[in-house]
Amino acid sequence: MTDTVTSTPAARLPLRQRIDLPVVTAFACIVLLLILGSLYSPNFLSPQYLLQQLKVGAFLGIIATGMMLVILLGQIDLSVPWTVTLGAMMGCAAASWGPAGAALAIPFGILCGVAIGLVNGFGVAYLRIPSMIITLAVNSVAQGLMVAYTGGFAPQDSAPYPMKFLGALSSLGFGIPNAVLVWIVVGALAVFLLTRTSFGRAVYGIGNRETAAYLSGVPTQRLVMIAFAISGGLAAFGGVLLAGYAGKAAQSMGDPYLLPSIAAVVLGGTSILGGRGSYLGTVAGVILITLLQSILSVMQMQEFGRQIIYGIIIVAMLLLYGRDKRLR
Amino acid sequence: MKEWRFWLSEQRGTLLAVALFVVMFSIYVGNHPAIINKGFTVDTVSNVVQTAANKGSMLAFVAMGQAFVVITAGIDLSVGMIFLLANCLASYLVAGPTALALVGVVGTLAAGALCGAVNGLIVIFGRLQPIVVTIATGGIYYGIALWMRPNPGSSPGFNSDLADAMTGKLFDIVPTSLVILLATVVIIWIPFRRSEVGRAMYATGSSQIAAYMSGMPIRRAKFLAYMFSGIFAAMGGLLLTFTTYSGEALAADGGNYTLFSIAAVVLGGVSLFGGRGSAVGALFGALAFRAIGDLLFVFAIDALWQPLFQGVVLFVAVSIGAARLFRVRNRLDLFG
Repeated sequence: MTDTVTSTPAARLPLRQRIDLPVVTAFACIVLLLILGSLYSPNFLSPQYLLQQLKVGAFLGIIATGMMLVILLGQIDLSVPWTVTLGAMMGCAAASWGPAGAALAIPFGILCGVAIGLVNGFGVAYLRIPSMIITLAVNSVAQGLMVAYTGGFAPQDSAPYPMKFLGALSSLGFGIPNAVLVWIVVGALAVFLLTRTSFGRAVYGIGNRETAAYLSGVPTQRLVMIAFAISGGLAAFGGVLLAGYAGKAAQSMGDPYLLPSIAAVVLGGTSILGGRGSYLGTVAGVILITLLQSILSVMQMQEFGRQIIYGIIIVAMLLLYGRDKRLR
Repeated sequence: MKEWRFWLSEQRGTLLAVALFVVMFSIYVGNHPAIINKGFTVDTVSNVVQTAANKGSMLAFVAMGQAFVVITAGIDLSVGMIFLLANCLASYLVAGPTALALVGVVGTLAAGALCGAVNGLIVIFGRLQPIVVTIATGGIYYGIALWMRPNPGSSPGFNSDLADAMTGKLFDIVPTSLVILLATVVIIWIPFRRSEVGRAMYATGSSQIAAYMSGMPIRRAKFLAYMFSGIFAAMGGLLLTFTTYSGEALAADGGNYTLFSIAAVVLGGVSLFGGRGSAVGALFGALAFRAIGDLLFVFAIDALWQPLFQGVVLFVAVSIGAARLFRVRNRLDLFG
C-alpha cells in the first residue's frame, strides 16, 4: 500500500498527503446535508436536534466500531443483526434475576455477544472458513436461539434501569445524552487501540497481507479471533443500549443495523479489502448516514423512496473516492 | 494421471452436492406422510416431487445466478432483492391472455437482466468492490419493489392458467419447474461454460491479472456473469409469482434468498475465492438445502425450534463445506 497507510506517523508526511480524501469528502457531505436541511427547516441547526441525531447515531457508531475492526482485517461480520438482538435480549433476561441481575445486565449482554464473536473468530481464524459464510451461519443460529428462547419461555423483555440509564437518559452532565458519552469513550478506546498499540498495528498488517504479518511474528490467528470477539461484544453492547433506549428488547431490532454499519465504515474511507482506514472516517460515515436517514424521514419521504435514495447515495459516494486501481 | 481423474477432481464439489441431495431427498421421500399413508406409487411420489421441485427450483435459479458471479470471484448480495422485484413486477405483467402474459414473462426477465447489468457496469467501470455495490443496489431494487407492491396483491387479470401450467406436471408425471430448470442448464449454462467468454469467466475468478495479461475478455465475462445473475434471480421470482399468484415486497424474504443462495453455492462446491465450481453444483446445492429444510416438516419438529434447527444444519453443512483448514498443505498455505 502507498501513502494511505494510516498507521504511518502523520507528522512526517507533507500536508497534501496528510489530508485523507474520503474523510474530508464525508465531512463535506455532512455539512452539505445540514445546509440543505436548514433550507428545509431552521430546526436542523438547533442544538436539540443535533444532539438527538448524535444520540441515535451513537448506537450505530458503537456497532460500526466493531464492524470497522473486522473490515480492517479484510473480513466482514454479517452476524451483526442477531448479535445486537441477542445482546439486548440477554441483558433484559439477566434483569429477571433480581437486583444483582439488573446490575449485571450490561456485562452479561456484552459477554453473550463476545461468545458469539468467539465462534465467528474461531471459524475464520482457525478453521479458515470465509468470514462471509461463517458469520451468516452464526447469525441464523443466533436467530434460532432467540426465537426458541422468546417463544418457549416468555421471558422478561423490559430493560432494567442500568440499561435505560446509559441508553435513554442524559444525566451525566452538560445535557449530553449518556449514549453519546458512551460512544465517545468507545471511540477513544478504539483510536487508542488502533494507533497506539501493537494490536492495532497488527490489525492493519493482517489486513494488508496476513502471510507477511505471520512471518513477522504476529500471532495472526489469535488476533483475528480476538477482533471478532470485540466486534461481537460491541454489537451486543449496541443492542443493550438500544434496548435501554426503547425500553424493551424485541425480535429483529438488529436488522436495520447491518447495512448501515457496513456502509458507514466504507463511506468513511476504510477499504473493504482491509488494511486501510481511520476511525475518524467511520465517525464521519456514521454521522452522515444518521443525518441522511433523519432528513429523508423529516421530509416525509416514503420508505421506498428512502431505500432508493440511500442506495444511490452510497454508490455515488463510493464512485467519488472508493475506486480500485486500473488493471495494467 | 488419466483424463477421467482430472475430470473427477474438477467436478468433486458438484458430485458431492449431488450425493448430498440424493441422500437428503431419499430420507425426505422415505418419511413423507403422504407416501407412508398412501403407499409408494408413481402418483404419490410424483406429487411429493412436484411440491419439492416447485419450492426447490426457486432457490435453485437464484443460486445458479449467484454461482456465475461467485465464479468470477465476486459476490452478488442483491439477488434476493432482484428476486423480490421480479416477483412484484410479474404480479402486474403476467396478466391477460396467454400470449400477452408470456410477453410479461419476457419483460420480467428483461427487468432482471437490467438490474444485473447495472450491477455489472458499476462493478466493472466504477471499479468498486462487488460486495458493497450489490448491498447498495439491492437497497435500490428493494425500494422499487416496495413502490410497486406496498401491500401484497396481484393484477385483476392475473393469468393463473399459465401459472398453473408452469408449476404443474408435464404428462402428469414430470414437474414443469424441473423441466425448465434442466432446459436452462442445457440451453444456457453448458454452451456458456464452453464458450470463450465462459472460459474467461473462470480465468477472471482464478486470477484477474493473469486473465488480463492473457488478453481474455474479462470485462465481457464479468458483465455477462452479473447479467445472468439478474436474469436467473428474476426467473426465481417469476416461479414464486406462479406459485403464490401474487407479489409482495417482503424485505425478510429477499434477505433470506440472498443468504440461502450463498449457502447453496457453498454446498454446491463453488469456491467463494472464485474460479472453481459450476452452476450445476449450485443447483444441486440449492435442492439439497431445501431438502434439509423440508426434513423439519417431515419429522414434525415444533415450529418454535425450526429456526434453530435450520440454523444449526446450515452452520454445520456450510462450515464443513467451506473450511479451508482441511485442504491446507503447509503452514503458510493457511494464510494464502
